[in-house]
Amino acid sequence: MRDLRILTGFLSLGLVLAGCTRTPASNAASKPARGVSALVEVSGGKQAAAAGGMLLQPVIVQVNDDQGSAVPGALVSIRGPRGTIFDPPTGPTDSSGQFTTNVSLGEMAGRYQLTASALNAVGKAIELKVEEIALGYEEILGRELSEKYCARCHDQESTPERLSNYDNLAVKPHAFNEGDTLNPISDADLMAIIDHGGPALNRSPLMPPYGYTLSKAEIHALISYIRMISDPPYRAPGTFYAQP
Amino acid sequence: MVLGLALESVVEPSKHRRPSLWSQLFGDPIRAFGSLSLLLLLSLAIAPSKDHFSQWRHYQNSYLKMIRGRGDAVTLRRHFQAGIQQIWIPELGVVDRCTTCHVGVKEAGLTDVSLQPFRRHPVMPHDIEQFGCVICHRGQGAATTVEEAHMSTLAWEEPMLPARYLESSCGQCHRAPLTGTPQLNEGRRLMARYGCAHCHTVKLPEGGSLEAEDDAPSLSHIAEKTTREWIYAWVKDPQAYAATARMPNFKLSDEEARDISAFLIANSTPISGDTFSLPTAAQNTPSDPTAGASLYGESFCATCHAVQNAAGNVVGGDIGPELTRIGNKVRPEWLAAWIKNPRVYDPLTAMPHYRFSDAQVAVLTGYLQTKSDSEFLANVHLDPRTPEQVAHGKLLCTEYGCASCHEISGIKKAENFAPELTRIGSKPISQLIFAAGMPHTLPAYISGKLRQPRAFAAGLKMPQYNFTAAQIDAITTALLSLNERAQTLPARLSEPLSPASNYQPAGRAGQLMNDLACFSCHRINGRGSDLAPDLTWEGSVVQGKWLEEFLRNPNTLRPALIRRMPKFNLTADEIATLSDYIMTVYQTPSFDRESMPNSGYPAVLVEEGRQLFYSKYACQSCHIVDPKADKGYIGPTLTEVGSRLNATWVYHWLKDPQALRPGTIEPNRNLTEEDARALTAFLMSQKESARQETRK
Repeated sequence: MRDLRILTGFLSLGLVLAGCTRTPASNAASKPARGVSALVEVSGGKQAAAAGGMLLQPVIVQVNDDQGSAVPGALVSIRGPRGTIFDPPTGPTDSSGQFTTNVSLGEMAGRYQLTASALNAVGKAIELKVEEIALGYEEILGRELSEKYCARCHDQESTPERLSNYDNLAVKPHAFNEGDTLNPISDADLMAIIDHGGPALNRSPLMPPYGYTLSKAEIHALISYIRMISDPPYRAPGTFYAQP
Repeated sequence: MVLGLALESVVEPSKHRRPSLWSQLFGDPIRAFGSLSLLLLLSLAIAPSKDHFSQWRHYQNSYLKMIRGRGDAVTLRRHFQAGIQQIWIPELGVVDRCTTCHVGVKEAGLTDVSLQPFRRHPVMPHDIEQFGCVICHRGQGAATTVEEAHMSTLAWEEPMLPARYLESSCGQCHRAPLTGTPQLNEGRRLMARYGCAHCHTVKLPEGGSLEAEDDAPSLSHIAEKTTREWIYAWVKDPQAYAATARMPNFKLSDEEARDISAFLIANSTPISGDTFSLPTAAQNTPSDPTAGASLYGESFCATCHAVQNAAGNVVGGDIGPELTRIGNKVRPEWLAAWIKNPRVYDPLTAMPHYRFSDAQVAVLTGYLQTKSDSEFLANVHLDPRTPEQVAHGKLLCTEYGCASCHEISGIKKAENFAPELTRIGSKPISQLIFAAGMPHTLPAYISGKLRQPRAFAAGLKMPQYNFTAAQIDAITTALLSLNERAQTLPARLSEPLSPASNYQPAGRAGQLMNDLACFSCHRINGRGSDLAPDLTWEGSVVQGKWLEEFLRNPNTLRPALIRRMPKFNLTADEIATLSDYIMTVYQTPSFDRESMPNSGYPAVLVEEGRQLFYSKYACQSCHIVDPKADKGYIGPTLTEVGSRLNATWVYHWLKDPQALRPGTIEPNRNLTEEDARALTAFLMSQKESARQETRK
């Protein structure tokens, strides 16, 4: 009986000690960790999701010190435009120096610039910008149509479910996010290529016409999807006014 | 003291000298009249000033201020209408004043403005004037303050719908899948696939109810198929056996799982009749592992069944159950009998009756037996069942509603086992019980319920599913579309789902098609699946000789596909029956199959077609005619198309593919008659025999 009491005494002492040793550890996490000098994006940037929806992949950033090696236990916080929700919005990096957060974009379609930050040794915030894309109705329609009709040739990525035909084509099609190539092409020209096929603009006949298969509204949806995911971002021509 | 007296002496006389405020204002009738008039005037001013300082006027003024400096100010100013704006659609019950503050909703010029409430509405498929705002966005349309319009008030519970679930509003009218609503489509697919309608009734506005599309197996003969130990492990945690298992986790205790397994085994009856014969060949399994794997591959089992590979990825189709640990589950003699003819055990199974020889059955059985995990049932030790356990197991099966999904002899499917979900999307928040800490909104409730069904109160019966976050969003979207408005919308707006077809081919061919489970992959007259080509008009598409050869030995037309037509080992008689039926019955009414010859086109026309094929229309980007030069992998291979397809079909297909098969991705090229004829001639010249000759 007495042995048991001693045992429980030891046990509770152990628990208290365990509790004590934990507290300083979590304190260390909230202090600027040793030598934070850079934030690097690991994965999760440039994803497209429906406006208001959650990104399929989490955003993962890594904190590095000036030697370029990962810093575990550094406190990272992430913020974004109005309506963006982070789960969690702030937290310490894990043992491999990475911070993972699930992101839900705001209700407005457009580009969302997220800012991840961590404090360095002198308390200055080191920042990293990550860009995500929220798709509106038209862009989602465009994405679905693109998956069905376009991606087999325009997307180089091959999966068992949908093999890519890209490698088999004599003239290589442009990926839809190739902003440098596609941004200079006007909406009307893109419309003409999709509507009447490549030869309409003296391009390859390997691009067939879709004007008899898709409606004008559907082609418009495709174009606005292409514009939305373009990298570098597409900026529509025309007059722009100062924001109030 | 002295000071006090002095003060008193100061105050005292003033009381006599000056009249009180009351008597000053209302002392005599004239004063009273004057003051009252002033008060009345002030109170009358309250209403106009409230109006003047109202939120909407503030927003309209800031809108005017915003457009003042713009280049298109004149146009915008001309479109602007001051005062409360309203969209009134009595038929839909819409009284929307949203455009009072959201002034620029229809202004095409405001593309660059990102400031709310002045943003232009993004492109959408409907006109605001025809539907208003709340039909899609919810909220309280008649309100004129920000809070009342967007949030929920106690008296009037209709908060705005978060954009995340916006597609649910499309589902109020559109019950068939739309291209632009992938999340809603996915939610509905999941609801059908996970069989929500087994327990929850969902009445559709056009009549009828939502149907479940999963076919949970009958448990009436379960003892033939598996062991009590496996049932115990399975009902405890279905996903521990197979990661892709659709059965949810009922969080049963050890005793409950023990008693349910006891009941199910005790309740099982032998398969009636003597058709269920166990092939003895299964016992002496050959020990050649490659034979089993290659037969599994040749028979395209992976089209329907998935197996977890060494890397932990589940590879294969999701029509049949995952087979990663099938060896732990089924009895070898049952497995052999099932592979021999699955229809004996389950007449309605989606699995085709392969005509395997006894030796093949043994090989395949042996191969599948090796797919087991020695640790899976290692810790399950059950004592022999007792009558009490069986009785308790039956009680549990009734309580948990096992018979809602599974056929169990002795237990009737309970009607209205779970709450009806016909109007779940408009359930008043006051009727919901929220778990601590969760936001008090309907979408939060529904998604919370899907995430953790039993977290809301003790004693809840809904089992635990393991949906991903995206799946929960999708199902929530589908559920939110089941609401009061969907039920009461005018019939002219409703776009109901086309009713499920119960087409059944006649005669011996019909029996054969059921036996081979053709409808598990092909669609015919609206019945079946989209995995393989629609066969409704197959008789007009192909040549009879090719069809017979294909049924005998299905060589693939699309080598890149991983899902292909399996070889069923049909007899010559069966092949003749099937091909006669298809060639006679599945004919399109839109043209006559015989109107163009399948061969004998002039060489000039063939050559012209070749030019068109390779140069003008560049068909080789998707199709292969010359296997040496062409590489297109999207459409079917056309190397021997002249022996396969019917010339009339080819011609009409080239003219308008979507007219023959709606939704096909082959683009309509709007060919002229001459071009279509030349291309047909070229394609029909691609004969099997010709190619074989050139090979020689």
